Amino acid sequence: MGKTLAEKILTKKSAGEACAGDIVISRVDLAFVQDTTGPLTVRQFQAGKFKELANPEKTVLFFDHAAPSPNRQLSNDHKLLRQFAKDMGCLKYDVGSGVCHQIVAEALAKPGDVVVGSDSHTVTAGALGAFATGMGSSDVAIVFALGKTWLRVPESIKINITGKFGASVGAKDLVLYLIGSIGADGATYKALEFGGERLANLTMSDRFTIANMAVEAGAKVGLFPSDKITQEYLKAQGRAKDFQPLSADKDAIYEKTIDIDLGAIEPMVAKPHQVDNVAKARELKGTKIEQVFIGTCTNGRREDLATAAGILKGKKRHPDTRLIVAPASPKVLLEAIAVGYIKTLLEAGAIILPPGCGACLGLHQGVLGDGESCLSTANRNFKGRMGNPEAFIYLSSPATAAASAIAGEITDPGEVL
Amino acid sequence: MLKGKAFKFGDGISTDHITPGRLAHLRSNLPELAKHVLEDADPTFASRVKKGDFVAAGGNFGLGSSREHAPLVIKMAGVSAILAKSVARIFFRNAINLGLPVLICDTDGINDGDTLEVDLGKGTVKDITTGRQLTFGKLPEVMLKILGEGGLLPYIQKYGDFKL
Repeated sequence: MGKTLAEKILTKKSAGEACAGDIVISRVDLAFVQDTTGPLTVRQFQAGKFKELANPEKTVLFFDHAAPSPNRQLSNDHKLLRQFAKDMGCLKYDVGSGVCHQIVAEALAKPGDVVVGSDSHTVTAGALGAFATGMGSSDVAIVFALGKTWLRVPESIKINITGKFGASVGAKDLVLYLIGSIGADGATYKALEFGGERLANLTMSDRFTIANMAVEAGAKVGLFPSDKITQEYLKAQGRAKDFQPLSADKDAIYEKTIDIDLGAIEPMVAKPHQVDNVAKARELKGTKIEQVFIGTCTNGRREDLATAAGILKGKKRHPDTRLIVAPASPKVLLEAIAVGYIKTLLEAGAIILPPGCGACLGLHQGVLGDGESCLSTANRNFKGRMGNPEAFIYLSSPATAAASAIAGEITDPGEVL
Repeated sequence: MLKGKAFKFGDGISTDHITPGRLAHLRSNLPELAKHVLEDADPTFASRVKKGDFVAAGGNFGLGSSREHAPLVIKMAGVSAILAKSVARIFFRNAINLGLPVLICDTDGINDGDTLEVDLGKGTVKDITTGRQLTFGKLPEVMLKILGEGGLLPYIQKYGDFKL
């Protein structure tokens, strides 16, 4: 019987055949935490009286949510993590190193890996053909100690890609459209597996955006095959040797197949306070926006800044709309400086944050005021997400965000191009 | 047998409703964090909930972040079990890992303030206030074992490894 991508990867990493519905014990190739989930992981590891890490060179601590720290409590959490890294000899990406999922993509995950992180957007690495999933602090503490975890092999939903994006439409619009169609629990406990004859029309950056938001439909993992585009990406990161081709069997069994024609998608926006509460950008024309935030693990890559800079070049943000940009990694920032995107964004009136999660989760660096609305390229718009339960968060692509920053209200980017 | 009062919540209660990012600085001060449990869904919950009470939620409870602090502060508040029509994947696993039962059942007939009696062994919820009886689905074996040991850490300490 043919296997889905999820079944193939988990069969290799566990004893015996892994079929949808089975519970398996899987080896874990890469395990990580970030600075708001890591301290509890460290405490659970210590409470378990574990003395050493199963794979120190594949255990990673990231400092990205509070980067740099806005208060003494989080600074003390950082101290705890630094001490743990020192004592255990694991990898550490300290403040300023970028968003964990971007670093995992650039430097750490590879096709066929099982990746477990204490952050729900660990699913991002599914774009590389890695079975990557988020778990809590206790689960990851046990992975740190034992190098393995239990997993229920998920049923898979196939997303069959056809067609080509129209102008000013991109991966974010696709994934918002998909989540709007199947709902915020439309893929709970399942794998979303992307394929189809036009998969090559999705760049690696597109794939990271899409895999990143698989969890917003409840999915355990959002998987892409490892193909030529994956190979080119890994080569560009200086990791050509990490490539291996990976695809589902032709006779794999899917719970269902959803066809998506890229050419039929329009710029989409998720409205407060649920990610599946979507509308077309043009239907929200006139919605005033006090802040635009471009960045995060969803849309903080060079390609995203290129899109934003392309729209904002020679223009200014609306005087009543703050524009905040957070590159996802130092590599992204350096490249964006080299090709002039940062200059363009600054000239348009943007604030450039250090590489990290920035304003996404309401810790600092762009907390909203009562009654204010933000159009963000992040992945979540739950009530209170950006630090204020009295504020409103809309989600969109970088193109829609940039166009809206100029207009001061939600705007279909097609109108300004 | 668990007995307590039901606190009713709607659909789509996220981890941001339970323990928002703006309180991330309190995650190493759990008693303080617990004072804000479910604050953005019901600001009065933390002051009203008593030991043994239940959260009775709608669909997709606990969606969003992997933060284990969400089920942790619900447990610290005294909640003895979460009843929900459905629950998000990571939250589900986190709750069981902390020894907090999550019972999937049709919560529509439960009203805020109803007194409930839960029999974990039999898989039944009795609404003493309305007289209705509900059943909930059985957990997968591995989760039952982890829950039976009081959570993932005690389970691993006892067995030294995962035992399927």
